[in-house]
Amino acid sequence: MSRSFVKKRLAELPPSGIRKFFDLASTMRGIISLGVGEPDFVTPWHIREAGVYSLEKGFTNYTSNKGTEELRREISRYLLRHFQLAYDYHSEILVTVGASEAIDIALRAVLEEGDEVIIPEPCFVSYKPCTVMAGGTFKTIATQQADHFKLKPQDLEKVITKRSKALILSYPNNPTGAIMSGSELREIARLAEKYDLLVISDEIYSELTYEGEHVSFASLPGMRERTVLINGFSKSYAMTGWRIGYAAAPEEILAAMTKLHQYTIMCAPIMGQIAAVEALKNGAAEILKMKEQYKQRRSLIINGLRRIGLPCFEPGGAFYAFPSIKETGMSSQEFCEKLLNEEKVAVVPGDAFGECGEGYIRCAYAASVEQIGEALSRMDRFVQRHAATTVGLNINSIPAEKNNTVGIRP
Amino acid sequence: MEDVKIKLLQALEQNQRISTQTLATMLNMEEGEVLKIIAELEEAKVILGYVTLIDWEKTSHQDNVTAVIDVKVTPQRDVGFDVIAARISRFPEVKGLFLMSGSYDLSVMVEGTSLKQVAFFVSEKLATLENVQSTATHFILKKYKENGIVFDEDKTDHRLVVSP
Repeated sequence: MSRSFVKKRLAELPPSGIRKFFDLASTMRGIISLGVGEPDFVTPWHIREAGVYSLEKGFTNYTSNKGTEELRREISRYLLRHFQLAYDYHSEILVTVGASEAIDIALRAVLEEGDEVIIPEPCFVSYKPCTVMAGGTFKTIATQQADHFKLKPQDLEKVITKRSKALILSYPNNPTGAIMSGSELREIARLAEKYDLLVISDEIYSELTYEGEHVSFASLPGMRERTVLINGFSKSYAMTGWRIGYAAAPEEILAAMTKLHQYTIMCAPIMGQIAAVEALKNGAAEILKMKEQYKQRRSLIINGLRRIGLPCFEPGGAFYAFPSIKETGMSSQEFCEKLLNEEKVAVVPGDAFGECGEGYIRCAYAASVEQIGEALSRMDRFVQRHAATTVGLNINSIPAEKNNTVGIRP
Repeated sequence: MEDVKIKLLQALEQNQRISTQTLATMLNMEEGEVLKIIAELEEAKVILGYVTLIDWEKTSHQDNVTAVIDVKVTPQRDVGFDVIAARISRFPEVKGLFLMSGSYDLSVMVEGTSLKQVAFFVSEKLATLENVQSTATHFILKKYKENGIVFDEDKTDHRLVVSP
């Protein structure tokens, strides 16, 4: 047998749970997808126009490693305006290639071999792999639907050991849509202080908070010096493909992250950075418009899922509903594959986001009202059909709302 | 006006065929309440009608001709432009009428079945009205966007079917 050149640790890393499902879905036509982790809006025109203009003006060069000064200054103003957080844009803000890069380099910047990272699940797919590739190990915490998938301080305290170095928080959460209030976060902050943990706070969905105001973890008393704040433009401004995110952290950590960034990435693409400046300067109204649309669709999907008989808590943020499909007797994977094959609706199996996501599915409502309506009708048909063959399903559930209207938009 | 009414109007403005049941769910209301508010808004003439935007060019139906006409008028004492505007708006050919700032006073949108018909309307009906000083007629050659909707816009969803 020939020698494998692939690093052992990487070879042992399981592939993303979404991959298999994606391969299946992408071969099919006529699918309604609630499986997409990005806005259905196109980037607002004034932001796209800024990108076009930057090309016309010939801005095709590298920028400074940390990102353009103008963008970092706008980011620092934004953080001050929204969260009363003061970061020095010369030394405490780094522009990255999406928030994903920021997560990776934050972990690589702080983890020693064998350090433990605490990861509440269900969560975004990259936290565990990035931890492992950075030489760390992880301890997961299974958050519960009964708690609206919030992190409970007592659960956190139970998994902390002498090797625990960092905690990854991601609220509003992908895939559950869970949010945490200021007082709930303060409980977590107390433990971070007590056990001297670094908190990597992925707040990419912060603008999409429907209940109350988003509280940035770094803004809690004493937390700024032990937090790496991660955010970006993908979700709030519908700018996923531009790949612009950022990290804000105390100078020492940020300098270490910048070192990694400069040797691997050099800098984020300049066109995206210029567009991001426009987004921060003039994009507030567009955000509000999109947020209101998501909020209305959220009611539509939560209501529809409950009628179908799939219990679902009301998510306070992001654009995901995370209903339980346990009563159907199917596993998440089975449910999603059958739903795709039989009704051509794509949703994502909950176990792709951690073991405790088993028994749930993620339905993104970043889709048009018409698409959501049609997807719900199909899911209703699917669940009713399988109810006959399944023990324990509540067959008395009311049928989902029938959407008889034809929308102007496809 | 209450926030909920504004939201309802915005939703209807986007898609007037949306079912009242869907509207009620989206806005966290009872369907009966939605029906009641819509009836009130119709009564108060806040909602003036439910029209459909059609690209007639795609049909075999005879092409209509639309013109925008700049009209200068002499305003009248006490009533300003309102009386003359009311008079002009009564013609069925007139599809839109606006009071403008700038070098002319009224902007009149006129629709007809031919260039000749529109020109005839302007010279015989509009220009001859008392208080009308002058007219300038601009024919619309092609519509690219109307009521916020781009004609022939590519709305392909470029996103992957499934992504994290």
